[in-house]
Amino acid sequence: MLDDMDDDRRGFLKCMAWAGTGALFAFESGIGSSIGLDAALAAPRTQALAPFTFAQISDSHIGFNKPPNADARATFREAIAKVKALPHRPDFVIHTGDVSQLSRDEEFDDAEQMLKTLGLPVFFVPGEHDMLDPDGGKAFLNRFGKGSQGAGWYSFDHRGVHFVALVNVADLKPGGMGNLGATQLAWLKADLAGRSSSTPIVVFAHIPLWTVYADWGWGTDDATEALKLLARFGSVTVLNGHIHQITQKVEGRIAFHTARSTAFPQPAPGSAPSPGPLKVSPEQLHGMLGITDALFVRGHERIALIDSTLTA
Amino acid sequence: MTRVFKILSFQASVLVACALTMSVVADASRAAAPPAAAVQIANFTFKAHVLTVKPGTIVTWTNADDIPHTVTSNTGVFKSKVLDSGDKFSFTFAKPGQFGYFCSLHPHMTGTIIVKA
Repeated sequence: MLDDMDDDRRGFLKCMAWAGTGALFAFESGIGSSIGLDAALAAPRTQALAPFTFAQISDSHIGFNKPPNADARATFREAIAKVKALPHRPDFVIHTGDVSQLSRDEEFDDAEQMLKTLGLPVFFVPGEHDMLDPDGGKAFLNRFGKGSQGAGWYSFDHRGVHFVALVNVADLKPGGMGNLGATQLAWLKADLAGRSSSTPIVVFAHIPLWTVYADWGWGTDDATEALKLLARFGSVTVLNGHIHQITQKVEGRIAFHTARSTAFPQPAPGSAPSPGPLKVSPEQLHGMLGITDALFVRGHERIALIDSTLTA
Repeated sequence: MTRVFKILSFQASVLVACALTMSVVADASRAAAPPAAAVQIANFTFKAHVLTVKPGTIVTWTNADDIPHTVTSNTGVFKSKVLDSGDKFSFTFAKPGQFGYFCSLHPHMTGTIIVKA
């Protein structure tokens, strides 16, 4: 499974935070049969482009212990069990931020230990809750962002799909929403520049890259700049978290999707006085938390996204 | 008193600020009580959104939300640590002026302290 990754990805993964040393071993031992991006694109029927899945988990808020969820660790453990029970074992997992509630070492550590039980590579982007250490995000980056650039952005290739991890929670401006910043946008431009427009792209970041609800800051001020750079690609999937509920939109060839949290739900845009936790009953809670399973099939326009809740 | 206020204004730590505030209050009971004002952080808003105080006022923010927030000056004049539910942050506004601030986690949350004699 891990033995046919692209060269770019292998180079990057070597310095990433791994959730499972077993996976690292399998990966290192499979270098001989890996395939480069160019080869993958030139030979679209090779095994490198076989269907594959990856899973998205988001907003675990490890450390959160208030209504409606007295133990966000327990629900995160349940979410991980859900990933393990998926019908197809995913190639890897992405975590779209707010790993922790307050950026405390023990919160990050507990999340890391629980994720290790997956035995899969996990790719992270920080949420605003992961930037709260005195050094403004270094604790997160040291643990989950090794090899990334700036505030934690990076890209990698997997089976002919280009994955881009963006950070829109650093250096936020008064009165604004999420923010990518000029340095990251310049990096993105260079990262995409040499790629064929037929390369499927998956972008993931914490705060939605489209404006879901400006009054609650649920959007990214300079996302338009990033979307302009992505517009020429035939298939772009944007995966976000932050708002603890599923929203979807398709604009041109870009499909947007936000995932559920594994900790607590938030109200629908404008349906409550504030975006604070939705205080649902214990019976309702599990039906409002969950994971996303993403299935990529070459030749299909879009990645199929299947959301499932923690309800058994 | 002036010196104490100057020291206070440089405290970022909520705990230290609170401890100093108490010593200031004790000290001030012998002189004139320093003016104090409060801002509630609730429902992802600062209340009052615009607060006008006299120079020398100690303003204390209290987070009444279930979600952490910060109190961060737009121009770097003051910055709280992250305030979890129930946590407080105090800052003494010694000089007249207009001080915009926001929550660095939820930057759509903004407020202003106007200091005038």
